[in-house]
Amino acid sequence: MGLVTNSRVKSPWILHFDCGSCNGCDIEILACLTPMYDIERFGMVNMGNPKHADVLVVTGSANRRNARVLKNLYEQMPEPKVVIAIGSCACTGGVFNECPNILGGVDKVIPVDVYIPGCAVKPEAIIDGAVLALGKLAEKKAKAKEGVRA
Amino acid sequence: MTNQILIAIASILAVPIIGGLLRGFDRKMTARMQSRIGPPILQPFYDVIKLWNKEKNITHKNQLIWAYGYFGFIITSILVFALGRDILMMLFVLVLAGVCLVLGALSIKSPYSHLGGNRELIQMLAYEPMLFLIALAVFLSTGSFNVNVIIASGTPLIYSLPLAFIAMVIVMVIKMRKSPFDISLSHHAHQEIVRGPVTEFSGKYLALIELAEWYEMVLLLAILAMFWAMPFWAGIILALAVYFIVLIIDNVFARLTWPILLKFTWTFGIGLVILNILGIYLLRK
Repeated sequence: MGLVTNSRVKSPWILHFDCGSCNGCDIEILACLTPMYDIERFGMVNMGNPKHADVLVVTGSANRRNARVLKNLYEQMPEPKVVIAIGSCACTGGVFNECPNILGGVDKVIPVDVYIPGCAVKPEAIIDGAVLALGKLAEKKAKAKEGVRA
Repeated sequence: MTNQILIAIASILAVPIIGGLLRGFDRKMTARMQSRIGPPILQPFYDVIKLWNKEKNITHKNQLIWAYGYFGFIITSILVFALGRDILMMLFVLVLAGVCLVLGALSIKSPYSHLGGNRELIQMLAYEPMLFLIALAVFLSTGSFNVNVIIASGTPLIYSLPLAFIAMVIVMVIKMRKSPFDISLSHHAHQEIVRGPVTEFSGKYLALIELAEWYEMVLLLAILAMFWAMPFWAGIILALAVYFIVLIIDNVFARLTWPILLKFTWTFGIGLVILNILGIYLLRK
């Protein structure tokens, strides 16, 4: 593993977006930051800004209202990036699937790399999924293009 | 002449390594104080290498000038200090670097970026008068603004400038962006106004700003070390002790608002330095 890939794997910055989850999964994500699990020991930091983040963590199911926001956040993140869908709702739509306003899982809007099922997801499962996502991050290469977006 | 060039190259190359290790130590110590395990000591280097190799995503071409300007001016002020030149000149170049960061934040139409830029300006308004008064106190104590002359003056500066030293610690807390005065850009609350002035910087340019912050931190620690410059190791121990105290302050305090910052620095902080300057005059007569 090269120096750059190694650095990428050791410093994944997380952006957490809640697509209307019931807060169960969100609380479990925040639990990962506490002294009990301490994901910062893997270099993971919870960012508030898509432009600084490497990993997009999504909870809750995609609907017609939040699809635009979700897509926007995904596009603002610079490459290389991975997306983790956390919880049953984010993976498939969960109990809300087939509801008139629900599109389904997050993968109906943006490409998802890792699915972590559960309702709510255990922090151990989140850490397990994050490690899986890091493997995918190592395979991705940064795009060389230099685009100016006005 | 060749000697000076060697010192310049050595300081440019060594300072980010020292700064990165100190920042890694900072994150480890902060984690231990919060009874966490914390990231490895080399974590800041991983972060910067990763950021450097991310996709270049630019909001506006102007912001590149300001990112490089921030980096360049801080390197210049490091050189001025390392070559033992004028301390006042060094402070002016440091102000220019700060202005570059603010202009970088204000050059983009983003509300968070503008809010961060304005808060950064308020921080500068809080610490700059203190810094310049400290430089004046150093001049009154040693008779020179020249770093070489100050270091060669014999007795440690801290004997004649104990209050100015405390003021310098306050400047250190603000400049290192530590609680209670991390109002524009916090190292812990990454969601706070979405990281203030660096909201619109990403990838390589965020890495540049991060590197510049390491340089700035080491420069300020070097100014602290200057207060006990004569045995070389005493100054380093003094600077590292202050660094540790700043970490404890960071973990003990909550974040305060900008009116409290201004009230505190413009009364207590500036008061300390002026008291020290008065003391020098009174003791001399």
